[in-house]
Amino acid sequence: MAKIWIRQAVLRALDDAMTDDPTVIMMGEDIAAAGGPFKVTEGLLAAHGPDRVIDTPISEMAFMGAAVGAAVCGMKPVVEMMFIEFIGVALDQLTTQAATMRYLSRGRLTAPLVVRASAGAGQGFGCQHSQMLDHWFRGTPGLKVVVTSNARTTYGLLRSAIEDPDPVVVLEPRVLYAEREEYEFDRNYRIPLGQAEIVRKGTDATLVTCGSMVRVALAAAESSKANIEVIDLLTLWPWDRKTVADSVARTGRLVTLEEAPEGSGWGGDVVSHIAIQAFGSLKAPPHRITLPEAPVPYSGPLEARFLPSPAYVAEQVDALVSTNKSPAPWWRNAA
Amino acid sequence: MTISNSNAPVARREALKDRLEQLTRMIEIRSVEERIQKLFAEGHVRGSTHLANGQEAVSVGIARSIDPDDIVTCTYRGHGHALALGVTPAAVLGEICGRVIGCAGGLGGSMHLVEPSVGLLPTAAIIGAGLPIACGAAMAARARGNDRVAVAIFGDGSANIGAFHESLNFAAIRKLPVVFVCENNLYGEYTRIQLSTPVEDIAVRAASYNMPGVIVDGQDADKVAEAMAEAVARARRGDGPSLVEMKTYRYSGHSRSDPATYRPAGELDAWLKRDPIDIFANRMVEENILAAGGLDKLKAEVREAVELATAEVLQSPGPELGEIMAHVGAYSGGGDQRWNFWSK
Ligand SMILES: Cc1ncc(C[n+]2csc(CCOP(=O)(O)OP(=O)(O)O)c2C)c(N)n1
Ligand SMILES: [Mg+2]
Repeated sequence: MAKIWIRQAVLRALDDAMTDDPTVIMMGEDIAAAGGPFKVTEGLLAAHGPDRVIDTPISEMAFMGAAVGAAVCGMKPVVEMMFIEFIGVALDQLTTQAATMRYLSRGRLTAPLVVRASAGAGQGFGCQHSQMLDHWFRGTPGLKVVVTSNARTTYGLLRSAIEDPDPVVVLEPRVLYAEREEYEFDRNYRIPLGQAEIVRKGTDATLVTCGSMVRVALAAAESSKANIEVIDLLTLWPWDRKTVADSVARTGRLVTLEEAPEGSGWGGDVVSHIAIQAFGSLKAPPHRITLPEAPVPYSGPLEARFLPSPAYVAEQVDALVSTNKSPAPWWRNAA
Repeated sequence: MTISNSNAPVARREALKDRLEQLTRMIEIRSVEERIQKLFAEGHVRGSTHLANGQEAVSVGIARSIDPDDIVTCTYRGHGHALALGVTPAAVLGEICGRVIGCAGGLGGSMHLVEPSVGLLPTAAIIGAGLPIACGAAMAARARGNDRVAVAIFGDGSANIGAFHESLNFAAIRKLPVVFVCENNLYGEYTRIQLSTPVEDIAVRAASYNMPGVIVDGQDADKVAEAMAEAVARARRGDGPSLVEMKTYRYSGHSRSDPATYRPAGELDAWLKRDPIDIFANRMVEENILAAGGLDKLKAEVREAVELATAEVLQSPGPELGEIMAHVGAYSGGGDQRWNFWSK
């Protein structure tokens, strides 16, 4: 098996998708001639030409909206947002226009496009370049949201997202780009949207997570006294209720690990669904491990504390399993 | 020499009235940017950092043309502007190194410098963000009955984002006291301007919004100051906004990870021949303010002062954990003291 950088999985998925489907085009800032700010589009211009791999001005609203129009008229645009925050200046085109295209035309017009962006904290990019922001899209009927977690899921999710008949937001944790991993590409490999994966079997608690927190959850499970089952949710909307509910039925405990503040994290929806639909299978209150309600700090030690670490996650899950009570988060303990 | 002798941003700003201090400040900006590059290599800087060496005349030319209680918005490429406006080298370097001595206490980083006492709102990491905010500051000045102005500083690439066009139109229609300053350094990230923008001069866009559009030699601090003085006077008079385009150049790549290989051969060298510090220093010699050969001595002095500031920064601790939650809202318990602009 070959060792690859995770950023190469993005590149390979885009390259293969463009080769397999001539309607796939790409737009974004410095993605063509420069090969991408994160080097995830290197070589695509040479391989597929300037009509399909398109450098844009710094005009997110224009190219996001152009993607909507092109999608409606038969293309499959893949838009790169570089840092997910940048879609803030183009949000209407995605959450209000693309998301309602099918609805307003009663199915005659659709917008099969992909917005991909690097997202998340951990590298000292500061509060305006470090958020996940999946909640901006999750709450919008008509959009799907996925989060990648390693080379395999990056390839499998991106290929499925590009082939999906509806608009999909693909969030790629930036911290993972420069990670290396054993992975053999398989051109036919796909991860169906809406399907979660159990990435570690366990009996004491179900730890549901996604993105770069999957690594944290797995490391926590190794060091924990409890026997933890870890689920990589992969698609945040629409999420895989069955896999989670079945797991909780076996373990009796639900914990979510989210790179999001409590108020907007996807775990609120997971917990509410399980509490409503599977109340009887719970031995303990559901528990959420989230970020504090604060912008992402720049300082290294502060950002390290801000993000859940394996030790903190293990401590939280162990407390839940041993007491059957939901432990307070670190910032409330400190107060 | 006044550099760093004062730790008060307002005093540093007042000192800019002095010709020699103007030169000194440009050298200081250059030295700080060079030190940041080194601090990055030494592992003290996280994330990314965007240097503005080559653009010092724009920063100093603007800062000397407005008052400390005029409002400024600018971008992640803001170290030079912050220093020119009066923020101390220790406060800039400290922020970039994530220390409490930093102007945002280490919470912001390289892209987010701030100093209300000299009118600097937090520099924004999102393209275009500062322009509408400057409009609002100008509205507040007018509503509160004073003649303060707002200056929005942004790049050439930023003239292609909706916020640019909306803000110019908004300011024009309301005759707001705003000066829109475009630093045209020919590149937005790795893309040269002619590949992203159908006009060579951003200033021509002023015509669509019926405001003056001025093109300025951004390597000459006096020319910058002259153009700014006119635009600022117009704004203060109540005659409305202007768009001032500074032709300039960044010597470094876009950010720390960019070797700038996309630049045509010879371009950098041509700009280096019109170095803003040299241009100004030569004029100082002609004006008998600087002795012939005095520039090197001044540079060495400034470098030493920046070295002292760096040492001070590296002694400074990082912020305490409690800072994460302390300034999110009014009831976060951080003891926030709201800055009251124009209270005197
Ligand atoms: C809305 C948004 N889109 C994209 C970016 C990424 N980005 C950061 S700087 C930059 C180039 C800006 O060029 P210019 O306005 O000329 O300013 P300069 O960097 O040359 O000072 C880009 C595209 C961003 N920060 N915000
Ligand atoms: Mg530029």
